[in-house]
Amino acid sequence: MQFVLEKRAERSNTIALVSPLIAIGLTIVTMSILFLILGKNPISALIVYFVDPLIDGYSLQEIAVKATPLVMIAIGLSLCYLANAWNIGAEGQFLIGAVAGSWLAVKTQGTDAGHWVLPAMLLLGAVAGALYALIPAICKVRFGASEILTSLMLVYVADLFLDYLVRGPWRDPAGFNFPTTAEFDPVATVPLLVEGGRLHLGAVIALLVVAAGAVLLGRTIKGFEIRVVGAAPRAARFGGFNANQLVLLTFAISGALAGLAGIIEVAGPVGHLQPGISPGYGFTAIIVAFLGRLNPIGILIAGLFLALTFIGGEQAQIAMKIPLDVTKVFQGILLFYVLACDSLILYRFRLIFPSRKVA
Amino acid sequence: MLDSTPAALRTAGTPLLQTVGLTKRYGSFLANEKIDIEIWPQQIHALLGENGAGKSTLVKTIYGLIQPSEGEMRWQGEKMVLSGPSEARARGIGMVFQHFSLFENLTVAENVALGLDGKESFRDMSARLEQVSNVYGLPLDPKREVWQLSVGERQRIEIVRALMQDPKFLILDEPTAVLTPQEADQLFTVLNRLKAEGRAILYISHKLEEVKRLCDTATILRGGKKVSTCNPKAETAASMARMMVGGDIKQVEAAARRQITVPRLVVNDLNMAPDDPHGTRLEHISLELKGGEILGIAGVAGNGQDELFAALSGERLAQDPGTVVIEGIAAGHLSITQRRKLGAAFVPEERLGHGTAPRMRLSENALLTGHAASGMVQHGFVNTAATLKTVDRATETFDVRKARRDPEAASLSGGNLQKFIVGREILRNPAVLVVSQPTWGVDAGAAAVIRQALLDLAAAGAAVLVTSQDLDELAEITDRIAVMFHGRLSAPLATAEASRETLGLLMGGSSLEQKEAPHAVRA
Amino acid sequence: MELVEAIILSVLAASTPLLLAATGELVTERAGVLNLGVEGMMIVGAACGFGGAWLSGSIIIGALCGIVAGTLLSLIFAMMALGLAVNQVATGLALTILGIGLSGLIGAGFVGERIAPAPHLHIPGLTDIPFVGRILFGEDGFVYLSLALVVAVWWFLYRTRAGMVLRACGDNHASAHALGYPVLRIRLYAVMFGGACAGLAGAYLPLAYTPFFIPGMTAGRGWIALALTVFASWRPGWLVIGAYLFGAVTILQLHAQGWGIGIPSQFMSSLPYLATVIVLVLISRARTGGSTAPAALGTTFVPDR
Repeated sequence: MQFVLEKRAERSNTIALVSPLIAIGLTIVTMSILFLILGKNPISALIVYFVDPLIDGYSLQEIAVKATPLVMIAIGLSLCYLANAWNIGAEGQFLIGAVAGSWLAVKTQGTDAGHWVLPAMLLLGAVAGALYALIPAICKVRFGASEILTSLMLVYVADLFLDYLVRGPWRDPAGFNFPTTAEFDPVATVPLLVEGGRLHLGAVIALLVVAAGAVLLGRTIKGFEIRVVGAAPRAARFGGFNANQLVLLTFAISGALAGLAGIIEVAGPVGHLQPGISPGYGFTAIIVAFLGRLNPIGILIAGLFLALTFIGGEQAQIAMKIPLDVTKVFQGILLFYVLACDSLILYRFRLIFPSRKVA
Repeated sequence: MLDSTPAALRTAGTPLLQTVGLTKRYGSFLANEKIDIEIWPQQIHALLGENGAGKSTLVKTIYGLIQPSEGEMRWQGEKMVLSGPSEARARGIGMVFQHFSLFENLTVAENVALGLDGKESFRDMSARLEQVSNVYGLPLDPKREVWQLSVGERQRIEIVRALMQDPKFLILDEPTAVLTPQEADQLFTVLNRLKAEGRAILYISHKLEEVKRLCDTATILRGGKKVSTCNPKAETAASMARMMVGGDIKQVEAAARRQITVPRLVVNDLNMAPDDPHGTRLEHISLELKGGEILGIAGVAGNGQDELFAALSGERLAQDPGTVVIEGIAAGHLSITQRRKLGAAFVPEERLGHGTAPRMRLSENALLTGHAASGMVQHGFVNTAATLKTVDRATETFDVRKARRDPEAASLSGGNLQKFIVGREILRNPAVLVVSQPTWGVDAGAAAVIRQALLDLAAAGAAVLVTSQDLDELAEITDRIAVMFHGRLSAPLATAEASRETLGLLMGGSSLEQKEAPHAVRA
Repeated sequence: MELVEAIILSVLAASTPLLLAATGELVTERAGVLNLGVEGMMIVGAACGFGGAWLSGSIIIGALCGIVAGTLLSLIFAMMALGLAVNQVATGLALTILGIGLSGLIGAGFVGERIAPAPHLHIPGLTDIPFVGRILFGEDGFVYLSLALVVAVWWFLYRTRAGMVLRACGDNHASAHALGYPVLRIRLYAVMFGGACAGLAGAYLPLAYTPFFIPGMTAGRGWIALALTVFASWRPGWLVIGAYLFGAVTILQLHAQGWGIGIPSQFMSSLPYLATVIVLVLISRARTGGSTAPAALGTTFVPDR
């Protein structure tokens, strides 16, 4: 007996809509088994993960706060992946953006600087992220070096650079030797949307990014170019689209969005620069991008869903002593199921039985 | 149905290979339907049919690559079920593929070894390889890597590899598609020798004159079914074509007289190193094409046609702007988009992946080449209605058959997709159309539509450049023919005066009068 | 002199996991499959390897656990990329993310525990030769195994028929299929071998390199191993050179940190990663005439029937 794939004549639109749901369903089943292995009650665990955070108003805000960087980064990544340019270094671009914006915050600390500080910080973050992303892009375009490996190596470099800054030159002298800068001044902080809550301006920016992404990909010729260059590079060349330029462009946009997310995260929820400002947003955003099927609206939904799992994971650790690593495992398994179910869009599965021999 | 098996052979016993009711189904599509065919030893048996008739499917089933859905095969009278090609080879069935199954970065010896079963040592096999290839007049150097070899040499590897198994039955799938007429003659000598040795040969081809010369009997497939068996020597090419297509093909009509006007595409001493180390360098290419003219470029694949297309289209830029002149404007340094704005249009050889993005819809593929100059893009935004309009117009004008209004490109059959591709370019009223292999792998009906479209376009005043490996096609539609060999272009000959022999010699590299196109005057 | 000897010994140790993982990936890529999940397979190998050794008291059992863990993880990759024709890049990334999470889960119970590290060879007389003795005859089993493995892989690829068939699959899977070779099955074996090697490489870290386990102890070595296969142009001989070069960079920067040069330690720590980027750029530039990568690398293959 053999399991074979048959290419469909055209992609199946019904499967395209249904497959994320199937993937989530399968993941929940697998996670239940994992909970059982860990000796936890699957039903209670699932409720703590997925239901409890939705009931509490504070958790809902937390979800939006956590989703903001995920969605912003993932939109940028989706542009790269559609163009078949694999930016794996979003985490590094996030950190560099945070560093660049923080530089201005640290520089103007204690001075009576005006309200121009925050917008300038955001701009710096975006520009720095874009430039950092252009390094692997240029290595690919000019030298043919694998952007997967170069962008990833730069993550480690960015991480170490940040570590050096907060332990060294930027360390808060009044901070009891903790590796962190001083708290940012109010002009250098992202304003809250709701007084006393957690929701901040970054969420609005994220929504704008989603809208911009949707328009770019769905309506413009540039978006078309990006999609073709990834789907059929030789046809793209025939259409007059410059693959190198598109790689540079998508990496720059993606780096800018990651850098922007970085500085927003630092100047918003965290309030100062320290190591570990990212619990792996740059990598989780990769999952968000795929789960959202590289589509802006899909990414928005996927980002919210994965943010939910982060919050759920934290609560599960407190309430049921489930290790935080389970969240990572969940995300990895979810990505696998999404990719597997997506295969059904292009292929049909068949089981072939060997032909019976006639006597 | 005429039964042409010589009585003498029939009395010798059972056929070497026989298929009974062989059927292959893909979903609801019947690629082969109840095919009965008999192969006898010491015979060259032709398998005829147009593209899509089911010849490849049948042959792959016989070779064990595909499992039949119904029916059976009998080898020397006994039922045969093949689990794969190695079992077919063990029985004595050999196959020379149309699209070579070779490994570019491995040596000739390694390629041959991979087609055999590995029972002998590599060293013994290499020695035997040299011996067999010399015996049959197909010399090969075991140590060379395949990417360095010409198309004809690569085919030799395929043939020698099959011969080293001492096959009783050899299948050849369109072997002369990539050969010059002289190389084809050499091949026929080898095949006749194999026949004399008592082997059976199944010869797939759509070149009817060739089949008449070479083959003893022919089976004709149409739409997946066998429609007749005949003796090619007793038939005419026209009668066999009629059986293949099931009717008379609409004859292509050239306009009574075409007005030849000004030069619309001029190439001046174009030299270009290839992108790819395995490619061909273009050397001193010059040509002049006037409005109303159709110029054909003949030549065996791999002699620089792809490189020339890329240079003309702008996918590769020339150093000197004056080397390519479109509508009187130096264009060698202009991108493909800019050349389209000047009024040029291009149809590449590869439909899926080059001419279109396979998994994108036809409207998006219309946008692919139309974005520059067809009102499809306004201020950076795409006008979807305009792209759909192009799809509708192309569908109507060129009779493109499809399942819905705007399907994915890959879901169309070869002929229909080619009609769309040619159509979307012609609808832009180009001044210059450069088209490569316009009817490769396309059914006869679509081929006729496409050739007529090219003729009509020229009649309307455009300059048309057609590159083709099919000399019959070029003879039918072109005014002049030039030949490409090793990156050089011969001086064009008037089609009416160019004999197959002359063209064949030029395609093979020898030139009767060492003529090359003079270095033309710059624009 | 003793310092140089100590440095060379530590370079050999640092290079061994790179060499092991890269050798496995080389075979995988030669068959035409790009498995980016090396880091994930390595880190799971580390967790399982340590766990196995700690629970059983035997280094060999630990190593076997690492191998099995890496292989099982690679099977998930194979199922997706080969069985379901999913994009290989996405699948590899997913495998890494999953692997990191799994290793955290599995290894959580072992953090803080210690085991006796893998024993080093000691041949009386040979090992005692000053300077050369310990380098050549005093290494632990993994080091010798890694070198033997490279030689075995070289011989397999270039001197056996099976190896030739594997190379053919990586060159042109359509041709290999047309000739009747089971391309997907061959690729499956290649992927499994890659997983086994990555698992073993990961297990090496807590079993011999440092005799304890910390989460994330692979620190990107899996990615460096991927870069190594590119650097080596998919040839085993060059893989050894590349692995030892990278090992040298890693060790030298560690020592340099202790020399009080005044350069921040974080910069020194980033040297191996920067070196990887530079090497990738240089090696890709040197091959501008067209890469020597297996022609079918990373492309999906769905056989027709």
